Amino acid sequence: MEEILSQAGKIAEQSEVFQIISRITPVNFEANRLKEIQAKESTINALRLIKAGRVGFAQANGYIEPKKLVEMAQETCQFGMPAKFIFPNKMVYPRIDVFDSQVENVDIESMVQLGEQLIAAVTKHTSSIVCEAMVTKGVITVNIINSEGGNARYNKSFFNISLEGVLIKNEDMLFVGDSLSSCSPIVDFKPIAEEVMMQLDLARETASLPTKLMPVIFTPRGVASALMSPLISAFNGKIVFDGASPLKDKLGLQVFDNHFSLWDDATLPYQVASYPCDDEGVPGQRTSLIKNGVVSHFIYDLQTAALANTQSTGNGERHGGAPAPSPSSLIIEQGDTSFSDMIKDVKEGLIVDTLIGAEQGNILNGDFSGNVLLGYKIENGQIAGRVKDTIVAGNVYQLLKQIVAIGKDARWVEGFLLTPCLYCSGLSVASRTV
Amino acid sequence: MRDKLANALKTPGADYIEIRIEESKASRLVYHGNRLEEVGRTSSLGGNVRALVKGGWGFVSFNNIQNLRENVDLAIKEARLIGKEHFRLSPTEPIIDVAMKGAKGPLAVSLETKKLLLDEYNDIILSTPKIQTSSIGCHDGQKKITFASSEGTYIEQTRADINLRVTAIATANGEVQQLGLSIGSPGDFSAIKGLQQQVKEMAQRAVMLLSAPQVKGGEYTVVLDPILAGVFAHEAFGHLSEADHVYENKKLQEIMVLGRKFGDKHLNIVDGAAVPGLRGSYKYDDEGVPATKTYLIREGILESRLHSRETAAKMKEKPTGNARAISYSFPPIVRMTNTYIEPETLSFEEIISDIKEGVYAREWYGGTTSLEMFTFSAAEAYMIRDGKVAELLRPLVLSGNVFATLGNIDAIGNDLEMNQGGGCGKRGQMPLPVSNGSPHIRIRHCLVGGS
Repeated sequence: MEEILSQAGKIAEQSEVFQIISRITPVNFEANRLKEIQAKESTINALRLIKAGRVGFAQANGYIEPKKLVEMAQETCQFGMPAKFIFPNKMVYPRIDVFDSQVENVDIESMVQLGEQLIAAVTKHTSSIVCEAMVTKGVITVNIINSEGGNARYNKSFFNISLEGVLIKNEDMLFVGDSLSSCSPIVDFKPIAEEVMMQLDLARETASLPTKLMPVIFTPRGVASALMSPLISAFNGKIVFDGASPLKDKLGLQVFDNHFSLWDDATLPYQVASYPCDDEGVPGQRTSLIKNGVVSHFIYDLQTAALANTQSTGNGERHGGAPAPSPSSLIIEQGDTSFSDMIKDVKEGLIVDTLIGAEQGNILNGDFSGNVLLGYKIENGQIAGRVKDTIVAGNVYQLLKQIVAIGKDARWVEGFLLTPCLYCSGLSVASRTV
Repeated sequence: MRDKLANALKTPGADYIEIRIEESKASRLVYHGNRLEEVGRTSSLGGNVRALVKGGWGFVSFNNIQNLRENVDLAIKEARLIGKEHFRLSPTEPIIDVAMKGAKGPLAVSLETKKLLLDEYNDIILSTPKIQTSSIGCHDGQKKITFASSEGTYIEQTRADINLRVTAIATANGEVQQLGLSIGSPGDFSAIKGLQQQVKEMAQRAVMLLSAPQVKGGEYTVVLDPILAGVFAHEAFGHLSEADHVYENKKLQEIMVLGRKFGDKHLNIVDGAAVPGLRGSYKYDDEGVPATKTYLIREGILESRLHSRETAAKMKEKPTGNARAISYSFPPIVRMTNTYIEPETLSFEEIISDIKEGVYAREWYGGTTSLEMFTFSAAEAYMIRDGKVAELLRPLVLSGNVFATLGNIDAIGNDLEMNQGGGCGKRGQMPLPVSNGSPHIRIRHCLVGGS
């Protein structure tokens, strides 16, 4: 790393080397049985440099001669965007616990056992279900050094367990599933097993819905699969700066229901999306995005913040390329209504747990539309059964403007979102009748 | 290198071992509005070992290709923890082929040439009245793959890919509408040249969407253009034909029994990497099996499915050369290549002529499947009224049940076109270069999401 930085220093005004070393061990189960054990090691070195005021970027997966990497980055500089930022100086980072040395010590046999226990619990409940499961442990080391004296380094561990089951009756397929992540080893499979068994119980009967507008309750998984993509894009500082976010001129204005609050938080201990610093060496922080329905802030990396004349919120993340604004953990504030009280309140409505295809609409405008992969009909205050052949369409700005009730229990979904259930009015539902 | 691989493959203790080494180079240009936000180059060197012991797999991936023997040992050790059954991969002839094509990859074209072309497209979009901003992503790469197995196969091959997506974004009164265009090729840069007119029309239509109505949700007779019908073939039937979903699932085997009728006699769906010159084309898959062309549905009847050597053995069918891995970090899994519905005889006018009220859906925005249910979205759509294409609609999502929908295709056009944009995702491996296509098709009773 130091060699790359020193070589780059000879030709560039500023430079930065980002290195990530990872060791990941996934244990995969297929058709209710242990199938494959993997060991994945990787080393990535990425170089950003600023030359003649322009940013260049090159990345090497695996070994590369430092000189070669510098040449590649230099070639891109001539076309790069004008640098509006400087790399961060040396600083003291907040202590954020994202590493548990116990993760490395979990042996493969225990991971196999955990997966087998989970599958055994689910197949005991429903014998004909076919499950895929994955138990994964991993450790990453992130190193960032730059020509301005900046120097950040941290280790992060993670442990993940997930299950997806399919139950086929004639030509009807029911998909259930759940996952759990932590920076510490997970030893208890029961929370996932219980969630999956609840889904199977609720889906035992089927029910049909008419084609019309009706009230809807999003479960935490439903919030993640239907509503988050449009919100994530709307709060991305880059999309705001380009004027493509419907919230571009709404800072400080009431856009959502006044009970609705959302924030981004990289500082939660032992959460897999937390970090002491982002991928540019800016400290991770908690950023309020919506406070009581009012748009309070957007998320930024260094360059976008400089363009927009504000500060980075420590959300510069890399997904295989240069840093760009990306959320850490997102948290939706809990309310005071229980899930069962929400259901009691609905005469005819829909519970959305999983949509497929929801991210394929015009998410920039807040639109979502998808097929209900897992959802239930509510009839006279009770769950009547699972719905099928049903497609929903809505707009997050319309739905979240007037929320009927917010759940009092929040749950983590896919390791990045902590959310309660949301009860909204007026979602367009279309069902197949022929 | 060849000797090193051969030596490492001599390690005892496994029923089968393979080693794949990949060397690749890639470049990308990403625009947001008038900013060329990212211009970058990537170089990769890495590999993996896969070992099979009594039906269980061990897989090890790495960047350091010096310790092959240790990595083979680790993969065998992992596989031994699993294997319990007697199992043999479907037999294939060992192949030795080092005749790499010397074709010029996309990296032979300078960054400057690419930038000048993209600048031109970007200027066309941004100079269109009422356009707010644009986004453009151009990714290209080429790689050399060396594959060797304990059965004596040794293959060196090269692959190249270009993928361009251009999006125009229009706003008015707090509303945002967007339209995109996706084009790709197996390495030929000229495939993404000369799109000026298309880009211009796309930007103008994005503006028109701002004043277009949203369709009323419900069931319609839907006509799909060749691009969207190709996405439909991929999502609705292609994924269901991937044998890894089926081979360990007795119930799904009953549903997907060969010889079952899925559609009318006019319906033929094909997948094949042996179809030349497309983004999903190759000579050998990532298990060293020669590419084929496979009829998934012939004359409405389920004829065959897509296999790896493992799924073919388990189902006692023939390997089809469809085991693909997106990179050395992943084991090969069953994937599509070039998937399309074969053309019939009807013209577009004939297909829409007797539709009183329906939807004409065009251009791809995305698609996904749960095997039984599929959804895919049209970037551009129109009402059909009294046999004619009528008003422009907002983008919409189409959805349905595979088993019912294939039987509801009641007209197939004569105008096959292949879509080379986008990429396919499965089990965390995306975007994999594929192509798909179809002529215009008509589907009765298709669910459309709307207001």
